[in-house]
Amino acid sequence: MNPARRQRLILILIAVTLFTVSVILLLIANRHQVNLFYSPTDIVEGEAPYDRSFRAGGVVVHDSVWRDHETLAVTFTVSDTINEVTMSYVGILPDLFKEGQGVVATGHLDDSGVFRASEVLARHDENYMPPEVARALEEAHRRGRITDSQLDTIREN
Amino acid sequence: MGYFDSFSDFIRMGNHGVFVWSVYGITVFTILGHWLGLRLQKRRLVTEMQRLKKRGQL
Amino acid sequence: MAFSMTPVWRWFHRWTSPPNFYRIARPWALGLMLVGGVALLVAWIWGLVFAPEDYLQGNSYRIIFVHVPSASASLAMYLSMAILAVISLVWKIKLADMVLRQCIPVGLTLTALALISGAIWGRPTWGVYWIWDARLTSMLVQLFLFIGMWAIHTAIEQQKLADKATAILVLVGFVNLPIIKWSVDWWNTMHQPATIRITGETTMVWEMLAPLLLSMAATYCVVAALVLYRTRWEILYRERKTRWVQDELGLRGQA
Repeated sequence: MNPARRQRLILILIAVTLFTVSVILLLIANRHQVNLFYSPTDIVEGEAPYDRSFRAGGVVVHDSVWRDHETLAVTFTVSDTINEVTMSYVGILPDLFKEGQGVVATGHLDDSGVFRASEVLARHDENYMPPEVARALEEAHRRGRITDSQLDTIREN
Repeated sequence: MGYFDSFSDFIRMGNHGVFVWSVYGITVFTILGHWLGLRLQKRRLVTEMQRLKKRGQL
Repeated sequence: MAFSMTPVWRWFHRWTSPPNFYRIARPWALGLMLVGGVALLVAWIWGLVFAPEDYLQGNSYRIIFVHVPSASASLAMYLSMAILAVISLVWKIKLADMVLRQCIPVGLTLTALALISGAIWGRPTWGVYWIWDARLTSMLVQLFLFIGMWAIHTAIEQQKLADKATAILVLVGFVNLPIIKWSVDWWNTMHQPATIRITGETTMVWEMLAPLLLSMAATYCVVAALVLYRTRWEILYRERKTRWVQDELGLRGQA
């Protein structure tokens, strides 16, 4: 390679790398502005706003969903495996709302620390499998034949 | 047929038919559009060059 | 000894000469289009008719056989364009600019298709067509980048300047590529993390994964064929003043 070309190549690669790395570092440093929602840990640690509405999300905890069949009111707990937040909502939940799956809700915190949601969206995981496989896995899990972490490992295969 | 019990089940896609079929429809439409675009690109080139040739600009 | 004198370099120069590439691109384009077209049809029938439904999403997940291939091909397209942009700026190889120019409309289409199919998929699963999370927003930025490249190349009349400006825009926009790819890992988003992973476990059963992989391979073939076809016309247009192009189009000896 002739020296002029070599120099041009090196300069271009340095410029592209530095620009790319700095923009990404800037965005990662401003994590809270880029994140779509606050996690239960963010909320427990007081990083979420108290005075205005915001988005909160996490995985719906098993056996935490309580429904009032007369008023369409529902409460459930979401977790990020470290902390938990209780959410309450009145209305029709999305089809994919399910224990063990994610939700992203818009709303605000009330004085008792309950998140009052005005909109609930369902977030699904990256696992794809037929219903009968999912049923067999859950059955085995329920009977204690496989643990949570084993369930995750099998799902991933 | 295949995974589905009947043809109407296949079309209905468990009430998600309108979403699934619109995506596949848009995709087919896009592929056809690109194929047409290719033919247009060639025809435009040939007519443009014949025009230049006539003017003696080639 | 200077590299520009070696036989490899001379061979490379001859191979990338527009008349040579114009000739060898045709059988490749034809073959890739045929193989890709048939494979895509098989993959779609497999995915729509024979693959089982998903335990959570039911049949709406079948959109994946369009969504993931087009999104993945659009990212691969951008990466190829960045490499072409470097080649164009450093080595000034004419062919790189011609291919780069014709990658723009194909990349634009793939990005738009990924966004539209994703939006339609979002409604029955998440409950909304659109949400401003990091993955969706960065993909929209990629669409704007493709529109920007097209606009800048069209707006600048002088060919060399237009090629240079486009190549620079591609490299400036390169930052968006890792952001799209890893947005779902770096930030919390509505979009779920990747299902197919090169390192680590792929989280999909084989009956669904097989048609997905086939539709991805088919899409890559069709996309490559489209770029080759388009590049051939770009070569003819840019070399229109040469004898070989006028011979090719049967214009010599006329008038």
